Amino acid sequence: MNLQNILTEIEKTDPEVYDRLDTRRNAMKSFAKTSGKIALAALPFALGSMFQKAYASPTAPTDLILDTLNFALTLEYLEANFYIKAVASGIIPTGDALTSLTVIRDHENEHVNFLKTAITAAGGTPVSFTANSFDFTAKGTFPNVFSDYGTLLAVAQTFEDTGVRAYKGQAPNLISNNDYLTAALQIHSVEARHAAHLREMRKMANLLVPSGVDVKPWITLNQSGIGTSAVQASYNGEENVTQAGVMITNIGGKNISAAAASEAFDEPLSKDQITAIVTPFFA
Amino acid sequence: MLNIESKENQPDLIEGMTKSFSRRKFLGVIGAGSALVVVAASCKKTNLGNNNGGVDLGSGDVGVLNYAYALEQLEAAFYTQVVASPYSQISDMEKAYMTDIRDHEIAHREFFKAALGSKAIQALEVNFSAIDFTSRSSVLGTAKAFEDLGVSAYNGAGKLLVNPDYLTIAGKIVSVEARHAAWVRDAITPGSFADMSAVNAMGLDMERKPDDVLAIASAFLKTKINASNLPTS
Repeated sequence: MNLQNILTEIEKTDPEVYDRLDTRRNAMKSFAKTSGKIALAALPFALGSMFQKAYASPTAPTDLILDTLNFALTLEYLEANFYIKAVASGIIPTGDALTSLTVIRDHENEHVNFLKTAITAAGGTPVSFTANSFDFTAKGTFPNVFSDYGTLLAVAQTFEDTGVRAYKGQAPNLISNNDYLTAALQIHSVEARHAAHLREMRKMANLLVPSGVDVKPWITLNQSGIGTSAVQASYNGEENVTQAGVMITNIGGKNISAAAASEAFDEPLSKDQITAIVTPFFA
Repeated sequence: MLNIESKENQPDLIEGMTKSFSRRKFLGVIGAGSALVVVAASCKKTNLGNNNGGVDLGSGDVGVLNYAYALEQLEAAFYTQVVASPYSQISDMEKAYMTDIRDHEIAHREFFKAALGSKAIQALEVNFSAIDFTSRSSVLGTAKAFEDLGVSAYNGAGKLLVNPDYLTIAGKIVSVEARHAAWVRDAITPGSFADMSAVNAMGLDMERKPDDVLAIASAFLKTKINASNLPTS
């Protein structure tokens, strides 16, 4: 992408672009100054920010986008701080288990950094949290979260499955900006990879509750495989088998069970629903 | 039973949803709409040659949904064959999961067919001659390639959609594809569910343009796909 080309293109459709951007020279200068401070990867965001300032109008969706990104950042802080403590807890078996949770911790930290950079580049102020901001016992619901491996993985699974639903629910808020939307989708599918792996880890370690329940990398109906109703809000609604008015069970005369139909589509949750789920984890 | 071929029983969802939220209306709500379009145009790469005949996916949201429908057809056909003729010494769990994934992909395929109604592309002919269905490593290697490809395709296609309802539907599917990808990867190499070949140093999964996706998928398709009318931003 070449900034000169973009400015030339805009000049064709909007002769007043340099009034809006000050002057071409200053626009380039200010862009160069900004871009020197931020990671290369965030350049599209910085560019978006430059035009958002130039074309800002009362109906510009910038506030909605910044709110959405800060909401995502809040959830990423929650997850990152959880895995930092989890990996340091000493109760995760060394080998594949510890390696996997370390990989996930690193991804969540990367998401925090990415979103902070993106929000700053867009002219917003990133929310900020520290280790003391969180209570991973969820006000006593999971008192052994960092001393009992089964509880630790159950909370991890819930965070990931919830994170997937959160990003899915927020994606439409970003539809007006290709760069933010794409980045959010790229985080969304990473959370789904984490969720799938954690679900399989719990199954292989025989940690599913109640006994006899099966948990797979994908979500069957609204089953969590976790022995407390405290996590149920993260799974309710996943049993949905109707998509855009189309019944998926046995669709097209194919033998598709309700269980498979529910697994085939993950379901979004609203910001309010997600907030209600994660609030107990904030100190 | 729902008869998806009959328009009387299955109203054309695309027509209905498109009417309620046109592209013009959508662009109208963005303050900097024109600037965004120009930025995208400046980034446009040349078409990699999907415009020489073949099945036309169409334009706009319909084109993007047909693009997803094409990929789901490919995946569903692959897993149908995997389950019909499992590789030697497949474990019970692997067979159960392959059957689950087959059903998910069939559900996705049939969903798009029903949702697109009269605008759906034809059934595609696949070419699986490069896959050894008797070999675990060949089947899992192909499954991994298809799932990672599917994830990157949906991630790259989200921005091409105008109707937020379609974006949500695509989101509902892509995370399931990512779950598949994670499991298949772990079945090949434990712990590789989100390794550096899938997730970059910023913690982001891959995203691909339709041209790049179809360049890879076309090796497994006899039917030629024409993506030249798809939106590019």
